[in-house]
Amino acid sequence: MRVHAKRAGVLLGGLMFPAWSMADWTLNMAPGVTGTSNEIFSLHMTILWICVAIGVVVFGVMFWSIFAHRKSKGAKPANFHENTLVEILWTIIPFVILVVMAIPATATLVDMYDTTESDVDIKVTGYQWRWKYDYIEEDFGFFSNMSTSKDEIYNRVAKTENYLLDVDNPLVIPVGKKVRLLLTANDVIHSWWVPAFGVKKDAIPGFINETWTRVDEPGIYRGQCTELCGKDHGFMPVVVKAVPQEEYDQWVADQRAAAERERELTSKDWSMAELMERGEKAYASACAACHQADGSGAPPAFPALKGSQIATEDMQAHLNVVVNGVPGTSMQAFGDQLSEVDLAAVITYERNAWGNNTGEMITPKEVFEYKNQE
Amino acid sequence: MSAVADTHAQDHHHHGPAKGFSRWLLTTNHKDIGSMYLIFSFAMFLLGGSMAMVIRAELFQPGLQIVEPEFFNQMTTMHGLIMVFGAVMPAFVGLANWMLPLMIGAPDMALPRMNNWSFWLLPCAFLILVSTLFMSGGAPNFGWTFYAPLSTTYGPPSTTFFIFAVHIMGVSSIMGAINVIATILNMRAPGMTLMKMPLFVWTWLITAFLLIAVMPVLAGVVTMMLMDINFGTSFFDASGGGDPVLFQHVFWFFGHPEVYIMILPAFGAVSHIIPAFSRKPLFGYASMVYAVGAIALLSFVVWAHHMFTVGIPIAGQLFFMYATMLIAVPTGVKVFNWVATMFRGSLTFEAPMLFSVAFVILFTIGGFSGLMLAIAPADFQYHDTYFVVAHFHYVLVPGAIFGIFASAYYWLPKWTGHMYDETLAKTHFWLSFVGMNLAFFPMHFLGLAGMPRRIPDYALQFADFNMVSSVGAFMFGASQLLFLLIVVKCVKGGEKASAKPWDGAEGLEWTVPSPAPYHTFSTPPVVK
Ligand code: HEM
Ligand SMILES: [Cu+2]
Repeated sequence: MRVHAKRAGVLLGGLMFPAWSMADWTLNMAPGVTGTSNEIFSLHMTILWICVAIGVVVFGVMFWSIFAHRKSKGAKPANFHENTLVEILWTIIPFVILVVMAIPATATLVDMYDTTESDVDIKVTGYQWRWKYDYIEEDFGFFSNMSTSKDEIYNRVAKTENYLLDVDNPLVIPVGKKVRLLLTANDVIHSWWVPAFGVKKDAIPGFINETWTRVDEPGIYRGQCTELCGKDHGFMPVVVKAVPQEEYDQWVADQRAAAERERELTSKDWSMAELMERGEKAYASACAACHQADGSGAPPAFPALKGSQIATEDMQAHLNVVVNGVPGTSMQAFGDQLSEVDLAAVITYERNAWGNNTGEMITPKEVFEYKNQE
Repeated sequence: MSAVADTHAQDHHHHGPAKGFSRWLLTTNHKDIGSMYLIFSFAMFLLGGSMAMVIRAELFQPGLQIVEPEFFNQMTTMHGLIMVFGAVMPAFVGLANWMLPLMIGAPDMALPRMNNWSFWLLPCAFLILVSTLFMSGGAPNFGWTFYAPLSTTYGPPSTTFFIFAVHIMGVSSIMGAINVIATILNMRAPGMTLMKMPLFVWTWLITAFLLIAVMPVLAGVVTMMLMDINFGTSFFDASGGGDPVLFQHVFWFFGHPEVYIMILPAFGAVSHIIPAFSRKPLFGYASMVYAVGAIALLSFVVWAHHMFTVGIPIAGQLFFMYATMLIAVPTGVKVFNWVATMFRGSLTFEAPMLFSVAFVILFTIGGFSGLMLAIAPADFQYHDTYFVVAHFHYVLVPGAIFGIFASAYYWLPKWTGHMYDETLAKTHFWLSFVGMNLAFFPMHFLGLAGMPRRIPDYALQFADFNMVSSVGAFMFGASQLLFLLIVVKCVKGGEKASAKPWDGAEGLEWTVPSPAPYHTFSTPPVVK
């Protein structure tokens, strides 16, 4: 009976407020899955309870006065004030409590700053608005974009379980190993956060920040960018998949092979149709956030490409903007972010999509030569 | 403290206020200027508040319903800037203008013409700031903390106007602060030694020094931005050899003292109101003064607690963690003093007292979360989440804003000569109190569950408390219209207020008639 009532409730809730049926009224921090996150959690609980205890005493005295010392109950005011002993006590006691808090806090901090050798090094780069992960020893890297659809965001279809917290390519790490993260950013400051690891570190352009984690339980862990980084700050989740070592090794081998195949694609002869098909995907992942899927942009910050001069006239100028970006604006230099194939595909796509029918294409080889000339 | 007010002198004054608009434009009278500051600040409070309503409406449910992310960011930015620089700071300057001369027995502020100017700069600054909403590319969208390079290389074209507005506000604040210091140091009634000054005067004196110390730093940081944006320098641009983290150090060197600028005058006001309605002297006057001084000094060495995640070396983390924790000691002293003042008093709960008691309770809760945030390792989890949003709203709404409401109700009889409507005022209090807690308490839970701040849309597990929070926010927002009604009613009429309408109140301001005549203390009273 209770189960039925509960189910009916969930169903009703799901129909009326799709979101509420998945909401869970969480009150507290979760302990997480790493040594660091557990240390932080117990620190958090310790301070919380100390604060609660102080609150009970202070508010206790206050509420006692509020109820007992009312004029309406005939309370006559006392006239005491200034008592040196009391004043010294209520300065010293809090100080001692603070020292008690500072000791475990310092110990935890020292643990977090442990910079001994790591097993895996990954460079994490923040871009507006996605993450790039480079496996430093392994010679491959990839972008990680949010995969929640605009239809979900604009309430045209029901929201799925991991709404806003899903990506196309998660970061994959081996369990039980010390993973060092080297964080930087390409444009503005971002911040990489996975609550379950107790890791939050800013990714700052021109700086390389270092942090590390060791995850013991396999699983998928989710977080978000936590430093305001522009319009899609709320839409650049972090997803980490922690897998057993063998699975990780296999995955790395696959990634390396795939990276090798990508490099070979540059020398292949591409047809217009192939470029258009690949271009549409690359456009969606690298360009659409600003210039919009239909090329209409969001002027004046993000100009339209549909029918624009740059996408319909001089090809060299178009190539230059995409490869080198436009300094002083949010148009980034994609030359280092995308492969030659993707650059060629995106440019070809932009020149032929949305009625920009120039009929012109550029091949990966031409892009390669252009980049070499520079 | 007793005083002899020379009411006789007033009878000889024939030049009352001028008539019409020029009275307000040209006035050098501290009471007129005080009123203008207060009215301006309330207008800004409503404007900034309506932006908060937009934010909470968008966050009512997951998904984007009302505004686009781009505009959402403009709303959070403008809300923060308008509340900090337009609502809270001018309200305190308004209170200072009205009350400092009355409390120290001075005929006016020391520099009346500058006083007029520092007020009239403010509407200009905010006209510029608000006009950015209508510019192409929109208003500033990088948060009230405007971190570079989001606010420089990547900022909208209106950023230059924003910088200009900040400069004007800064000039206004610095002039206001100079005026406060000059008035307090030079114009106290004979016999009023420093350690006999009312606490509101003390806290404002210290606040004014904080303002003079940090507003130029703010001016410096926005000027560096201006250079980066328009003149090709790269103070904050890494690709030109600059340093984005430098921005944060400079900003927070201003920013942390700034948060105390927004709370110290409220500490002062509450230290008058609680004794008045407890009918018992403040427990420890001297320790209250020293505590404020200690807080002000410490506030200069804690700035990097806003930057624990930028990657400062461990020695730096430890220093800023310990220094920040230390602030809890003088803050605790203040709270204990207020509680000890209430203890064994003879309490009544008129609106000023209600707001003050809520101030003490809720500000203390904000202090607790502040202490938690001070613990650097734990801050890695809290930083830039709704937990921080909860923290600073607990110190700013029941702290600064409730402090201002308490002061307004406490001194309204003196300003208008009428008692305000107590029933309505109590209703205003309870609606604000419930609304405020409903809006901000759940934000602690959201932050701990992992919701980042400054996002226009959120994952589904955060849906429940966001809806509660929005309901509370609407409730809080709507109740502020009641305050407008109460004040208008009180200005228009109501029960006549005596010179000292609160039986427990102390101080020179209660020795002049209500409403306070246009010119007071032309002959200084003598304080024994
Ligand atoms: C016991 C006293 C206090 C302590 C220990 C404290 C501590 C902190 C810490 C550590 C942060 C940074 C949190 C983070 O970003 O991760 C913070 C943020 C903040 N605090 Fe406090 N605080 C205290 C009192 C106050 C007061 C009195 C005010 C203002 C009236 C205030 C206003 C703010 C504001 C506005 C922020 C957020 C700024 C932003 O990032 O936008 N705090 N506080
Ligand atoms: Cu601070």
